[in-house]
Amino acid sequence: MTEYALILVSTVLVNNFVLVKFLGLCPFMGVSRKLETATGMALATTFVLTLSSVCSYLANEYLLAPLGLEYLRTITFILVIAVVVQFTEMVVHKTSPLLYQVLGIFLPLITTNCAVLGVALLNVQTQHGFIESGLYGFGAAVGFSLVLILFAAMRERIAVADVPVPFRGPSIALVTAGLMSVAFMGFSGLVKG
Amino acid sequence: MLSAILALTALAVVFGLLLGFAAVRFKVEADPVVDQIDAILPQTQCGQCGYPGCRPYAEAIASGEADINQCPPGGEAGVQALADLLGRDPKPINPEHGEIKPKMVAVIDEQLCIGCTLCIQACPVDAILGAAKHMHTVIEAECTGCELCVPPCPVDCIAMVPVKTEIATWKWPYPESLPEDQPTSLADLLTGGAAGRGA
Repeated sequence: MTEYALILVSTVLVNNFVLVKFLGLCPFMGVSRKLETATGMALATTFVLTLSSVCSYLANEYLLAPLGLEYLRTITFILVIAVVVQFTEMVVHKTSPLLYQVLGIFLPLITTNCAVLGVALLNVQTQHGFIESGLYGFGAAVGFSLVLILFAAMRERIAVADVPVPFRGPSIALVTAGLMSVAFMGFSGLVKG
Repeated sequence: MLSAILALTALAVVFGLLLGFAAVRFKVEADPVVDQIDAILPQTQCGQCGYPGCRPYAEAIASGEADINQCPPGGEAGVQALADLLGRDPKPINPEHGEIKPKMVAVIDEQLCIGCTLCIQACPVDAILGAAKHMHTVIEAECTGCELCVPPCPVDCIAMVPVKTEIATWKWPYPESLPEDQPTSLADLLTGGAAGRGA
């Protein structure tokens, strides 16, 4: 049980995918301009990341490993992720039009989120089991959501702040992201304590 | 090698079947009301209703955001049809959104046209043909008479001309609004228009 809790804390805070591992930076910069869209993206990513983490674990464990085809991991995982995203989009569109409207364009965009593939590959590297894979994916997604929403809220305030001209636009966003990353490094102290 | 190809093929086939099944099983029909409203709207894409085209206006009506009397090109008949469809009371066109005019088409005075392409960019239905520094012209059959091309023209060479009633453009008039000067039957039209009937 402690192990599972540790995985969650580790992925959400200590080894945050965006700020510490630097994965999934494009949605992090791209859709963080408004809090509302950031929330939609966070929700969609949480869903897909958890699901694809589990699915790629299954594909690796029951298809690639028995056949000795580990070298096909990347392409298989990409295939799995694309299908999971597409399938999720269809199901959400059918079952919850409201959620579909909130998630909107972000759902298909997740296919190209490198954090999704990163989680799948790291699962294999660290030899996670079924539940661990799911937790790892979920934790990564929660970490991503947390950072994305915090960052979007900050950018909304920065948008109305009096920023010096040379720093306006993406520059101040990147500076902010850097500072956030530094702040998140403080969480690595959690492990020793 | 062979097993790799087979495994990937099998995976792709399974996923393909899964998605194909999902596409059928989770098929979503678009909101039929929006389609029906959109079918009634005149598709001028003129934006007089305050929405960027007929489809967004139809969606706004369906969601209760917009009223049914914001479409001058549709005229009273359009409001009536919308009221029947939605079970609401018909009301006169809101003058804020413009007044009802007979169906018009844009005509470019080709002597004056300087080939600036500004009207081409304004046209929502791509009914204007031309290239930079070449004379432009309007494809009459495509023009919806939305007047969006008139303001951008720097030399004022676009005029809105009422559509002449010809065999190709003649429509059955609505029963309650028989205009005096329009041919009311095909026979009238062929024998010289309503003037002959009035005499």
